[in-house]
Amino acid sequence: MPKVSVVLFPGSNCDHDVVHAFRSLRIGAPQGEVSVDLVWHASSELKDPDLVVLPGGFSFGDYVRTGALAKLSPIARAVHAFAAAGGHVLGICNGFQILCELGLLPGVLLRNQGRTFLSRQVHLRVEPSPSFFSSPETEGRVVSCPIAHGEGNYFADEQTLAELEDHKQVVFRYCRQDGSVHPEDPESNPNGSKHAIAGICNREGNVVGLMPHPERALEALVGGASGDRCRELLETYAKAVFHARALSDKSARISA
Amino acid sequence: MSKSFKMQVLVRLKPGVLDVQGKAVESSLRAEGRSVVTNIRIGKLIELEVRADSEAAAREEISALCNKLLVNSIIEDFEIRAA
Repeated sequence: MPKVSVVLFPGSNCDHDVVHAFRSLRIGAPQGEVSVDLVWHASSELKDPDLVVLPGGFSFGDYVRTGALAKLSPIARAVHAFAAAGGHVLGICNGFQILCELGLLPGVLLRNQGRTFLSRQVHLRVEPSPSFFSSPETEGRVVSCPIAHGEGNYFADEQTLAELEDHKQVVFRYCRQDGSVHPEDPESNPNGSKHAIAGICNREGNVVGLMPHPERALEALVGGASGDRCRELLETYAKAVFHARALSDKSARISA
Repeated sequence: MSKSFKMQVLVRLKPGVLDVQGKAVESSLRAEGRSVVTNIRIGKLIELEVRADSEAAAREEISALCNKLLVNSIIEDFEIRAA
């Protein structure tokens, strides 16, 4: 049974949305249901999950900087080791901010350009990347998804941005409904992110961070018609992650 | 014998990094008619006490703390000084 660990920090508030989302994924009978557990940040170990999710919220009250204090939590070391060994880590919203502070992803999330907290729908374009969100079926797809953040303005220096583009590490960009990207347009890139970046991955693709909240929109009740697209997105990702893990377990057994 | 050093850390946003707080203050001042004040950049002042053998050792300790937690070198610079 695929296993997802959701890390709970003091101030996380999207943890149960993530738990619900992964438990509700329809990823096919052969792999069975998804088991999801919550791991308190003071724990210093992970229990061999297939995927670790850092959920949204306001860990440690956003003191010092968003995500900054989370990196001193005992679980941070375990997440580092897990990622370094090729384990899949997904950070959503505050989870993305934490991954940047941990140094697992480059850059930082600044205050939104327009100064206000933004809680609204945006359009995202799925970019070609080494992450498991990208596949021939999903690349170029436009997904309507909610955002809810005060600090979502992705920033990195020009060299880092060039490296991200060269290695195709941009996973999602904010875009218009027709899929066109306009970084200078505050309507389609509402927080002012460089290169209209909404989500990135590391070079290997196993660590992904994104500001939008697909996990909030899976149910028709809250996601409406666009919820299906968010569901497909997470299902595509989860299936690929669990499949990769099953394959690596199998090859480990063969080589042993 | 270690002593306690009262120190301060000034944290500033690097030039070119968007400071929405500074901009908000500036636009509020402008709305009030005070247009002679411009280029407001808001940073932070952190006061702390460090037990160390010397001020140099205290500065080294604070520098490590800045790099580890207090400062994000992508967007911020810091300056340590005696309080």
